[in-house]
Amino acid sequence: MSEDREERPLDREERPPDREEHYLDREEHYLDREEHYLELCENPVQFENASSVNNVFFDEANKQVFAVRSGGATGVVVKGPDDKSSVAFRMDDRGEVKCIKFSIGNKILAVQRTLKSVDFINFIPDYPHTEFTQECKTKNASVLGFCWTSWNELVFITDQGIEFYQVLPDKRSLKQLKSQSINVNWYQFCPETAVLLLSTTVQGNVLQPFAFKVRAGSGTMSKMSKFEIELPVVPKPAKLSLSERDIAMATIYGQMFVMYLKHHSRTNSPTAEVVLYHLPREGVCKKTHVLKLNTTGKFALNIVDNLVVVHHQSSQTSLIFDIKLKEPDCAVNTHQPVLPARSIHPYRIPLAGPAVVPSQPPIPCQLYSSSWSVFQPDIIISASEGYLWYLQVKLPPTVNLLQDKGKLMDFLLRRRECKMVILSVCSQSGEKGRLPIVATVFDKLNQVYKEYLEAEQSYTAAVESGPSRGSAAPKRPVRTQAVVDQSDMYTHVLSPFTERKGVSHKFIIAVLMEYIRSLNQFQITVQHFLYELVIKTLVQHGRFYMLHQFLQYHVLSDSKPLACLLLSLESTYAPAHQLSLDMLKRLSTANDEIVEVLLSKQQVLGALRFIRSVGGHDNVSSRKFLDAARQTGDQMLFYTVFRSFQQRNQRLRGSPGFNPGEHCEEHVVHFKQLFGDQALIKPSTV
Amino acid sequence: MLMISPRMASGMQEKQYTPSLLNFFVYNPTFGQKEGEEEKKILFYHPSDVEKNEKIRNVGLCEAIVQFTRTFCPTKPAKSLHTQKNRQFFFEPEDNFWIVMVVRNPMIEKPNKDGKPPTVEYQEEEIIDTVYGAVVKQCYSMYKLFNGTFGRQMEAGGVELLIQKLEKFFYRYLQTLHLQSCDLLDVFGGISFFPLDKMTYLKIQSFVNRVEESLSLIKYTAFLYNDQLIWSGLEQDDMRILYKYLTTSLFPRHSEPELAGRDSPLRPEVAGNLLHYGRFLTGPTNLKDPEAKFRFPKIFVSTEDGYEELHLIVYKAMSAAACFMISASVELTRDFCEQLDGLVGPQLTLLASDICEQFTVNRRISGPEKEPQFKFIYFNHMNLAEKSTIHMRKTASVCLTSVHPDLMKILGDINCDFARVDEDEEIIVKAMTDYWVVGKKSDQRELYVILNQKNANLIEVNEEVKRLCATQFNNIFFLD
Repeated sequence: MSEDREERPLDREERPPDREEHYLDREEHYLDREEHYLELCENPVQFENASSVNNVFFDEANKQVFAVRSGGATGVVVKGPDDKSSVAFRMDDRGEVKCIKFSIGNKILAVQRTLKSVDFINFIPDYPHTEFTQECKTKNASVLGFCWTSWNELVFITDQGIEFYQVLPDKRSLKQLKSQSINVNWYQFCPETAVLLLSTTVQGNVLQPFAFKVRAGSGTMSKMSKFEIELPVVPKPAKLSLSERDIAMATIYGQMFVMYLKHHSRTNSPTAEVVLYHLPREGVCKKTHVLKLNTTGKFALNIVDNLVVVHHQSSQTSLIFDIKLKEPDCAVNTHQPVLPARSIHPYRIPLAGPAVVPSQPPIPCQLYSSSWSVFQPDIIISASEGYLWYLQVKLPPTVNLLQDKGKLMDFLLRRRECKMVILSVCSQSGEKGRLPIVATVFDKLNQVYKEYLEAEQSYTAAVESGPSRGSAAPKRPVRTQAVVDQSDMYTHVLSPFTERKGVSHKFIIAVLMEYIRSLNQFQITVQHFLYELVIKTLVQHGRFYMLHQFLQYHVLSDSKPLACLLLSLESTYAPAHQLSLDMLKRLSTANDEIVEVLLSKQQVLGALRFIRSVGGHDNVSSRKFLDAARQTGDQMLFYTVFRSFQQRNQRLRGSPGFNPGEHCEEHVVHFKQLFGDQALIKPSTV
Repeated sequence: MLMISPRMASGMQEKQYTPSLLNFFVYNPTFGQKEGEEEKKILFYHPSDVEKNEKIRNVGLCEAIVQFTRTFCPTKPAKSLHTQKNRQFFFEPEDNFWIVMVVRNPMIEKPNKDGKPPTVEYQEEEIIDTVYGAVVKQCYSMYKLFNGTFGRQMEAGGVELLIQKLEKFFYRYLQTLHLQSCDLLDVFGGISFFPLDKMTYLKIQSFVNRVEESLSLIKYTAFLYNDQLIWSGLEQDDMRILYKYLTTSLFPRHSEPELAGRDSPLRPEVAGNLLHYGRFLTGPTNLKDPEAKFRFPKIFVSTEDGYEELHLIVYKAMSAAACFMISASVELTRDFCEQLDGLVGPQLTLLASDICEQFTVNRRISGPEKEPQFKFIYFNHMNLAEKSTIHMRKTASVCLTSVHPDLMKILGDINCDFARVDEDEEIIVKAMTDYWVVGKKSDQRELYVILNQKNANLIEVNEEVKRLCATQFNNIFFLD
């Protein structure tokens, strides 16, 4: 798993016999295809396969594959993850290339051809392209390799220590920044965190990490505290016992880990395990997790979507581990595989180029081939076939493989592309699940949802209160796919669910109420459309009394839209009218609506008394009331209402007459017709 | 069996008699129409020891009155007949089936000097039609809850079966009628709801749904706490009568063992099961008993097309009671009961303590209850919600009120006035005893307040009631 070695075989054994291939083919028919939860990416990086004239190198830092033909004389083709990072050039054949890498951003190419020195070629336009060389400064030391830490800084690793250089491309020379003497067996470099790990001591199990940081244009190198890997057996006499192949570095859930593939030993554990050492930037490295592989043999490690993937060659299967998934029946931090072992999804190599015959099927790819090399975090390279794949986790098959739905949700909620799968789990548990499971699923979802809402809220609060001294600018919380909000649930799960045939309405309502319960439990404000859905479902099945009880206990929270919805139900369910008015009253911002409702019911006096009781009498439209009063056909009512508004006018304006803007002329005429002029309140003469 | 309960009986003083049940009978005029077969019309007669001809005479009289009054208003037959000594109530719950209840008016017996027999003064105006009319209807509803309609029995076993069922039911039921303590609450036949916060309510919902899912035999569930309803899966009208049965009959009968001490023989055998406090109020008293019978009362509830017969399982843990209703066509086994006990017992115990905790927290927040200057009865026709600070506690035997019967009578009268019109109204009465009685009707709600403010004037009383509405009923729409 170290970088840039040509073809690191996963296994030195011969290709598996053909018999096994048949078995695999058959298995593919028997097993649900959807059982493969790992797959190779669809668009691999393709390069010229390794051969006697073509050497292939891989640079983990830039994720570039170098195909070096005849030592570069007939061309070097560099393929990166995207077209931008792909380059092709020629260089003089000055001996066998041991290692070749671009600095970050393809600025400078470094090529190692001897054990003593590294050669450099500028790729910056307008700079001289002639090669220049840097020999290692330590006497009698051999260069094991080198790593770029920035666009112009790199570190040489020799068997006697490390030398940190800055390249000066214009001067075609290097300046040493720092060096450190230490006996080195082998090294590993994690480009993501720019941490270099050196294997020291005779047994090789004392690891010394160094951290590189780019700060203000010039890099720094700092020594981190060293730590020891516990070996299964301590050899006597001491000899190198920790192989670089059994160590890998990776970032999992934002934390750096050193992964140690601990093979079984006759004395202690009967099966192999992966031991994780947490390597903090500051502080001591500690053994934190043990992943039980429950088998022996040859393994390789990948990290995909914060999952540790362990490939097992002889069974041609892989296991995944989630270090955040707590195992109830294991000691703390000992983990069993999340899912049963499965092989990577069968892969067929697409035939590209003009030679493609449409009827010709793609060729099945030999998975877990001995010619595969595995790199961190998620790269698999088949040098002999000329492919670089990214390993991916396919979430849909996990749904059927993980029976414990609570655990499944925990697992899914931590995955990157989880939203649609989570929603499908919700739909499924609505379909055939049981309420306690549905409840667990909802609670887990809403836990994450609530955390996001809270983060968002404190962010907004922090932004509003302005920058405060001493604290960094607030960072907007990232909304991951695991945040499944109410509209997601409504659109993808609940709304289709209520329309599904063959599900009892009792269960549908139970599921809806369970979701509302869960939201309430996490103190999340329930959105109107959910209430609407509940009401719609209840009405559809004639469960009005149920609805009434829900409203009575304020399970469906008050809002104007909800009150209006209830009003519209009055014709099918009379009590809805009362429920609606109560709700409007509680809202205390809906006095106009209450007046409208009462007037529409011809309760003119009631409306008038109400508006007076809330102190809105002075501002209401007199015409509206007079219209309603006249419509009732009740003359005394009309009289009362008319007089009451005349009195209002008197009080407000000192005159009982209506303003032209009030458009009450016809009502004045009507009043006079009914009761005569003398019934009008006369303007008091001063 | 004449029930006479003198309210005051001391020496030479006046004796007062409360209203009491004289007769109760059920008849169908279409039966025994031939002369000489009149007795066949009578399906049930209380008291049973009345001479046959008198029975026939009384029934015939009722029949005649109903027939006669029908000529004046065919759609609304007579509901009651007032006489000096008693009052008769007529109710036709099903076509041609009549229930008649005769109540003796309350009376005062004044002793006379010189060994003359005492003079009796009947208080004919003391009885309110709506109250006793409602009592008759309740009798029928209760009968129907446990037996189904009269028509159903006729279909199932002819008139013999109906007579048998009526006899069996009313013989016991009439003994539990306490006509002297019937009042406005009988008119309402309301349901007292337990106040609860949203989250606890949702937990109960979740509990009900889960139980119904695990024990799919369960068709309906009702949940009560402290004899107050929290959730009903039954429709409103069925719940109303079931609630009446639970709170006035079943729960009071079972309250004693709970109040009894741990070592009391009344306390049901817990049989080493201390995981929960759940127990069956109907059906087996002790699951562990090998002789235990798994028979539950059967009830009839309405469905979209008729009615259905259900087993009624009432299960209680502390103050929380859950009623589970299961189709009567299923035979309930020991297995099922054990399963229910194992599933519901622990959960219900937990819920009960949750509710209790919340209840005490709420009470603490609202502060110690001061003796208020007023008492009230509230009723909402829409959801049958009822609240009374006048009634102390309903038990199987009596319904205690904390106010004078005269005031209760005023409440009943106001209610009658309200029933006559659809409009919202407000009535304020000053009672003889210096109490103020206020009745308010707003849409479908009625509120009756009794104020003990001797020197208050009308305006002050009005203000006081407004204040009461603002504090006690601020979350509903109540027109001033």
